[in-house]
Amino acid sequence: MNTAIDIALTVNGETVARRVEARTHLIDFLRLDLGLMGSHAGCEHGVCGACTLRVDGVIVRGCLVLAASLDGAVVETIEGVSDSGEIRDLQDAFVARNAAQCGFCTPGMLMAAADLLAHARKPKRDEIREAISGNYCRCTGYQAIVDAVEAVAKARVFRG
Amino acid sequence: MKAPPFGYVRANSMDHAFRLLAEYGEGSKVLAGGQSLLATLAFRLSEPSLLIDISRLSELAGITRQDDFVRVGAGTTHTMLGRDSLIQAHVPLLNDAVPYIAHTAIRNRGTIGGALAFADPAAELPACCVALDATIIAGSSRGERRIRASAFFVGLFVTALEPDEIIIAVEFPVVRTDERSVLMEIARRSGDYAMAGVALWARVDGLVLHAPRVVFFGVDDRPVLASGAGTALDGKRADAATVELAQTALDRDLDPPGDQHGGPALKRQLARTLLARAVAQILTQDKVARA
Ligand SMILES: Cc1cc2nc3c(=O)[nH]c(=O)nc-3n(C[C@H](O)[C@H](O)[C@H](O)COP(=O)(O)OP(=O)(O)OC[C@H]3O[C@@H](n4cnc5c(N)ncnc54)[C@H](O)[C@@H]3O)c2cc1C
Ligand code: FES
Ligand code: FES
Repeated sequence: MNTAIDIALTVNGETVARRVEARTHLIDFLRLDLGLMGSHAGCEHGVCGACTLRVDGVIVRGCLVLAASLDGAVVETIEGVSDSGEIRDLQDAFVARNAAQCGFCTPGMLMAAADLLAHARKPKRDEIREAISGNYCRCTGYQAIVDAVEAVAKARVFRG
Repeated sequence: MKAPPFGYVRANSMDHAFRLLAEYGEGSKVLAGGQSLLATLAFRLSEPSLLIDISRLSELAGITRQDDFVRVGAGTTHTMLGRDSLIQAHVPLLNDAVPYIAHTAIRNRGTIGGALAFADPAAELPACCVALDATIIAGSSRGERRIRASAFFVGLFVTALEPDEIIIAVEFPVVRTDERSVLMEIARRSGDYAMAGVALWARVDGLVLHAPRVVFFGVDDRPVLASGAGTALDGKRADAATVELAQTALDRDLDPPGDQHGGPALKRQLARTLLARAVAQILTQDKVARA
């Protein structure tokens, strides 16, 4: 039986080929095999959202996807969307509003917020809350995060 | 926690998947979206030796209309279900259910086949299937069979599927112009499994409900068709007195065990409240949008 699987995929624009143990979750593959420590592993069963990242253009839980199943996939992590500048305005707003304290939830929160802003042009506060309802933050009390996302949504509409 | 070691094979056809399941038997499990299975593996609640990945099988994809039915492939994700125009037009209850299922990142991978096979008693889609009298199509190397939703959910996380069977698709009757449906639930946090919920389907004529199907979830080990409440509502003006009779009947329809949310009395109270709200909403539902 195959417990070691060969995969080739794209991670943040680079092609990566590796042999992985079948049980390895994407989040551990990224952190332990590739050294991409940006995405965090919290609960490891889908509840906290700290591991949120993108596979084939949509957000997923890194702890609920097997690396072995991702042959040919396109993965984007917080490192990728940071380096490309895609979420620069969101990151700046998080800093400006103190929307990150310990920072554990922040990478997942940013991925979820970026996904919302890609789909909704001018989300209301309750829509922002709904979009991040799957991401736990134990520090900020969420208000500052909602403020930051709302500010970016408005600024993006203004910029057109 | 981490899952114990297991093998992984990506099925390249339906037959391939059937063969692997038949060969490895109870030691194997099919992997669809993984949104329930990978969590249970991490908790070591189940220890299969082989996962058979069916997530890329084209035979399980697609939503199509066939005469009076809409056929939804088992591999359809919750996100696809929420966006599909055939579902919006012909099976709106499913469309209404999607926002209640977990969160975007989970909806992007979780599938209808996985949700039905997993059979969480608090899940929305099993209750919708019972309310809409859907048919589940299961396949194996022995052939295909059709199972009515009302006979599919047989206990806590237990379905009528044989160990070598895979859900291929689900068939939903197309709604007719006088039919309406409503889904409601009460949960502590948006996206969490419901403390209690209801799926209500009926033919609506003014203020009268005909042949209503009232299905509760999160109140027992499987979705519960509340037939007493349905009878109390059937063919009568759905005014406060009728709703009260239906709520009284509900006390006999349901026998809720307690769970982490609370005891039987809480579940009964939530069910009564949900029933009244669902009836109120089905009467005021926008008819034109649904026609
Ligand atoms: C944090 C969190 C919150 C959630 N909240 C909700 C919620 O509120 N409501 C809700 O309904 N769900 C919820 N879910 C579960 C989610 O809907 C899952 O997607 C779903 O239950 C399982 O679908 P899947 O495709 O991921 O199946 P998998 O996890 O891949 O499989 C689940 C089980 O079904 C079997 N299986 C899968 N596909 C088939 C098939 N075609 N034929 C036969 N057997 C099959 C597998 O072998 C396994 O035993 C939540 C999940 C998480 C992690
Ligand atoms: S670590 Fe994945 S959701 Fe918590
Ligand atoms: S900033 Fe600490 S968990 Fe969100």
